[in-house]
Amino acid sequence: MASSLEQLLAAKEIVVSCGSGGVGKTTTAAALAAMAAMRHGGKVLVLTVDPARRLADALGVGAIGNEAVRVPSRSFPVVDGRRPRGELWAAMLDTKASWDDLVTRHAPDKRTARRILDNALYENITGRFVQSHEYIAVERLYDLHSDGRFDLIVVDTPPSRDALDFLAAPERMADFFSSRFLRLLTAPYRSSVAGFASKPFFTVADRVLGSQFLHDITEFFSLFQTMAPGFVERAKAVGRLLRDNRTTYVVVSTLEASPLHEAGFLVDSLRGKGFHLGAVVLNKVLPAYLLDEQAGTAAATMARDAEAIAGRLAATGAGDAAQVTRVLTEVGESFLRFQVVAQREAEHRAELGVASDVVAAVPYFETDIADMAGLLRLGEQLWGPQERTG
Amino acid sequence: MDLLDRKLLFITGKGGVGKTTVAASLALLAAERGKRTLVCEVDAKGDLPSVLETGPTTFKEREVQPGLFAMAMDTEESLREYLALNLKLPLMTRLGPLARMFEFVATAAPGVREILTVGKLAYEVRRGHYDLVVADAPATGHVVGQLAAPQAINELVRVGLIRQQTSWMLDILSDPVRTGLVIVATPEEMPVHETVELAARIKAETIVDLAAIVVNRVLPELFGRGEEAVFETLDDPASVAVLTDAAGPGVGPVLEAARLAVTLRRTRAAHLDTLRREVDPAVPLLYLPYLFARSHGLRSTRQVADALAAELGY
Repeated sequence: MASSLEQLLAAKEIVVSCGSGGVGKTTTAAALAAMAAMRHGGKVLVLTVDPARRLADALGVGAIGNEAVRVPSRSFPVVDGRRPRGELWAAMLDTKASWDDLVTRHAPDKRTARRILDNALYENITGRFVQSHEYIAVERLYDLHSDGRFDLIVVDTPPSRDALDFLAAPERMADFFSSRFLRLLTAPYRSSVAGFASKPFFTVADRVLGSQFLHDITEFFSLFQTMAPGFVERAKAVGRLLRDNRTTYVVVSTLEASPLHEAGFLVDSLRGKGFHLGAVVLNKVLPAYLLDEQAGTAAATMARDAEAIAGRLAATGAGDAAQVTRVLTEVGESFLRFQVVAQREAEHRAELGVASDVVAAVPYFETDIADMAGLLRLGEQLWGPQERTG
Repeated sequence: MDLLDRKLLFITGKGGVGKTTVAASLALLAAERGKRTLVCEVDAKGDLPSVLETGPTTFKEREVQPGLFAMAMDTEESLREYLALNLKLPLMTRLGPLARMFEFVATAAPGVREILTVGKLAYEVRRGHYDLVVADAPATGHVVGQLAAPQAINELVRVGLIRQQTSWMLDILSDPVRTGLVIVATPEEMPVHETVELAARIKAETIVDLAAIVVNRVLPELFGRGEEAVFETLDDPASVAVLTDAAGPGVGPVLEAARLAVTLRRTRAAHLDTLRREVDPAVPLLYLPYLFARSHGLRSTRQVADALAAELGY
């Protein structure tokens, strides 16, 4: 059992960073991958599903695409003369390119592949059909893992309505292809006689959608169905990989109510469904000194007695007494305001309880992460063996 | 034009910026100003019931505050309602397997789920039961697909009931007097970046008017002109000694916290500049202060509504 993220990353082959939107999934994934490449060695890939140009800049690779690119070792800061022990690679999920690739691979022949790729509905499916994104993300992960080029892959998850969507995606895809409804829907296209069971559906669908659109839909699904055998098998393999012992999940959250609620739900679901929960990462945690009781007293005193204190400070040459009074009041009140938030966060954190053996808390960074040094600074916070409270 | 005089507002934003709170407080404010208002949670994650403290919401709307009705989107229910209104089918006998069939098509066929969502909202506008419909829409990643769905379907489907339906939906969605999109952002790097990108995509790929950008959680300016220099002098040993004598040993963290607040405010101000520079100046920006509050429920939603009222000049 790993007791730190360092140990976790040393033992696993796939790390999935998940949590609700805006909590720092992508940055956490990149920081973990950078640390693994720096300290553990081997070939480490960070696969992002979030088209974040800023991350490409931070890694010093210009642009990231569907194909993995190596992060130049000159992007790493030299600390105590140490160079990274391994290689860091980066790739970004290109939904459209990955779908095209998948269709080309699974279609029975080139002509069918072409017809699918040219179908008007296909573009809609890959571009707009929301859950296609989740499936293609895990599919791509499977692809990169099975070609054996990388020792460790750290991936973030798509911003979805439900953070668990991607876990269920392979199963849903397999269900879709083996569905009775797909057979019914495509039946009238294959044989001209519509099955009895599907009749009411077509009567309604015809009136609602119009027969041309219905024809387009059935044609598309008929073509799509030619890929079923390969697709179903593949989706099952992808599903197995997500549950594999070599795969672990890192749940990322901030201490705000809504993301934390989602994180709690995610932790329970991962556990309940037999996925390996590796760690919980709490981001943007306010400094612990905000909870300090003596500081609270000092802040209250400074705000209350600002004028008197300003008078005493005049002796040290602090400047205009009225201005000093205002500054002292503001400084004291500001502390008290932030203290309220810090207390709220501490309570939320207590409610989360001991969700995982490994809980890493990352302090609120005052400036944005703009380069590898910044990613490694974040990585250092995540790495340590003991729980940190910021 | 007054934001709340529109009939249909979609509220979106990057995850974690307070989209649901802003949607709820806009709706609350409208209701308080005498408008019969419907607020709908499209994602049905349960955030809306929690910021309004309503208990679970369903497809069937319920009055949760005077004049404020809340509902949760459910595409299957939306389909049921749609079929009942338009096809006059013997519903009870047929809809069981039919709904499952549609559910299947909706999972796979493009835009079906989206159109059932947008369709229901537009239908509420058309029906005229409410003065304002506020949709707590999907996050930035999904909202374009949702708003563009009626258009996409309209292009794909040439005849039939759906075609007629999408036509009036498009009329409502494309009318800036009736419909608008509100993007919620925080003055942080990624939310600002996504907002700028989304504003451009909304213009290029949808027919919906960008009504406003709400900048949430703006930190207060700690010091006025010249005061920061005064603050710096508090750090020298002689001043710290006086402060410690007057206020006790906790002075160090208090000064540290002030430095953090100044840095945060400064970093965020730079992101705000980016936002102002890169979005169309015709789009109003509304600023909401960071709430240093304990609660997350109705109390803080009301505080946000008050701040919105001030920004809107009420």
